Amino acid sequence: MAFEYEKYLRMDKIPHLWCPGCGIGVVLKAMLRAIDNMGWDKNDIAFVSGIGCTSRAPGYIDCNTLHTTHGRALTFATGIKMAKPAKHVIIFSGDGDATAIGGNHFIHACRRNIDMTLVVVNNNTYGMTGGQHSPTTPIGYKTSTTSYGNIDPTFDICLLAKAAGASYVARSTVNKGKVLEKYITKGLEHKGFSVIVATANCHTQFGRKNKMGDPISSRKWIETREIPLDKARNMKAAELEDKIITGEFISEEPEQTYWENYNHPIHEYTEAYQGIIEKAQKKSEGENK
Amino acid sequence: MKKTVRFYSGAELVGKAAIDAGCSYFGGYPITPSSEIAEYMSIHLPKHGGTYMQMEDEIAAMGSIIGASLTGAKVLTATSGPGFSLKQENIGYAYMAEVPCVICNVMRGGPSTGLPTALAQADIMQAKWGTHGDHPVIALTPAYLEEIYEMTIKAFNLAETYRMPVMLLLDEVIAHLSAAIELPDKELMVIKNRRKPLVPPEKYYPYDTAYGDVPPMANFFEGYRYHVTGLSHDKTGFPTTDPDLVQADQERQIRKVASKADEIYDYESYLMKDAKIIIFAYGSTARAARVAIDNARKLGIQVGMMRFKVLWPLPEAEILKICSKAKAIIIPEMNMGQLSEVIERYAADRTKIMRINHVGGVPIHPTDILNVIKEVV
Repeated sequence: MAFEYEKYLRMDKIPHLWCPGCGIGVVLKAMLRAIDNMGWDKNDIAFVSGIGCTSRAPGYIDCNTLHTTHGRALTFATGIKMAKPAKHVIIFSGDGDATAIGGNHFIHACRRNIDMTLVVVNNNTYGMTGGQHSPTTPIGYKTSTTSYGNIDPTFDICLLAKAAGASYVARSTVNKGKVLEKYITKGLEHKGFSVIVATANCHTQFGRKNKMGDPISSRKWIETREIPLDKARNMKAAELEDKIITGEFISEEPEQTYWENYNHPIHEYTEAYQGIIEKAQKKSEGENK
Repeated sequence: MKKTVRFYSGAELVGKAAIDAGCSYFGGYPITPSSEIAEYMSIHLPKHGGTYMQMEDEIAAMGSIIGASLTGAKVLTATSGPGFSLKQENIGYAYMAEVPCVICNVMRGGPSTGLPTALAQADIMQAKWGTHGDHPVIALTPAYLEEIYEMTIKAFNLAETYRMPVMLLLDEVIAHLSAAIELPDKELMVIKNRRKPLVPPEKYYPYDTAYGDVPPMANFFEGYRYHVTGLSHDKTGFPTTDPDLVQADQERQIRKVASKADEIYDYESYLMKDAKIIIFAYGSTARAARVAIDNARKLGIQVGMMRFKVLWPLPEAEILKICSKAKAIIIPEMNMGQLSEVIERYAADRTKIMRINHVGGVPIHPTDILNVIKEVV
């Protein structure tokens, strides 16, 4: 039986504003399937986003939806989750939104390990503003602000998330919707801060300037650069330049070395804060005796 | 009735009043001279089951209180000059999305890092025009410790009533001032809560003007599943670029405060009945002005004061009346004349405006004001 996306969409807001062939639609569908896998009540879910193409996704979802300021989605989400820890908070962001203007919020959200799920759609560019280079534009590629080829080194969003303390980190691409669905579901199930990166095509802005102006060639470009994490572990840095390493980046195995498990979170934040409330109230009772 | 007298600082009173008003979420970032408010909240909010979050920066602190407010919580953040600048982006969001919140700014010397530990009153225009675009403004300027308690509660009531950010402007002197004071009975304080929708979710629009200029606000997670954005939007909350709808929405937002200004503004008249020389003052500067007036009265000079407890909106009609009969209006303020510029526009050529502008970080002394009173005489 076909999946009923209509159950989760605001159908009166369709058609969406994304370009034909855009990768964000694949990510949205994977998300809707994932929340269906969880069996959550739509009233109990808040979708939060910042600014950019990806950040328009919540508007199409029939839940509590919040389209905030550029880069700041995680800050609003933090307030929502801390005020209502029993509810589900999911954030959509793009590469520029999450790791440039929102970079500070990104690393600190990872560090706190609040039970929320962040999906970053990485299309290597600022699509909505006309295709400028972002922190994930590969070296040498052309954008509307790197006409002579990009010289800015890139972030690996998954390694950044892991180093900052996120407790579930995974990456796949828009060529693999089912894998994205699996990773997002695992992120939603996971008690802690989850980051799922979906590498996506922006043929309109990024592809066009790099001789892959249609969805097929842009997605082929992604496909040919994908290396599974297990294989990547035994490869040299030079061999992995400009590659997309996919898989799950966090291991829960306690025997991992410090370097492999650096900054592994010691607790989920809302639960830890419940402990603070109990301590404060105990102290307060003592004072009132 | 049992009265309790206790030592409080101004900063503690902001925190205490916030909790008494029902605040259950504080998002903060350390900054002098407002950190004591955050410290108070970190200790006392969890006792009441509330949440103190120290965020990674001022922008995040502001974002987090908006998020918490959308779930129905009453929320507070506190900051000082540079932090107030950083918060402006998300303050604008709270105006646009009409999210109730209270922002306490303990004013210090500026611009930039300025005088972190010294007082100023130089953010009163930033409280009005700090973020881009047009929006209504409510800013409170208490001058006494008891007043900080009452006006913090009032700030929450106004934020909830008008569904918007409300500025609580303290200056470094009254935030750090400590004294034994008697607080009003908490049970007797009027506490207001935002109006919630009475219609079922399928009939709810988050910006429905059918219910007046302040639309009822649903909490997240209570079945209403609506959309909130910082983009210009129609009554459904979804983006629009329709010129008529955007125009109407901006006009309504300005109107929701402008049409109720006479219920919002608040001032104290001191020896105004026979006064020929009038002092306009607010915050800690008004305390020096009061001493100056008492001393001038001893010399037989007819001088009085209009002290603004709410600075924005101003009581326009009353100010115009004073402008047309006062011999002179003296405006002492710890900035280069931010209120004076506004009053000069009211006064036109009807009266003389005398400015006293100190920005060195030291309080204006009563003698400084008395000298100007004598000059007018």
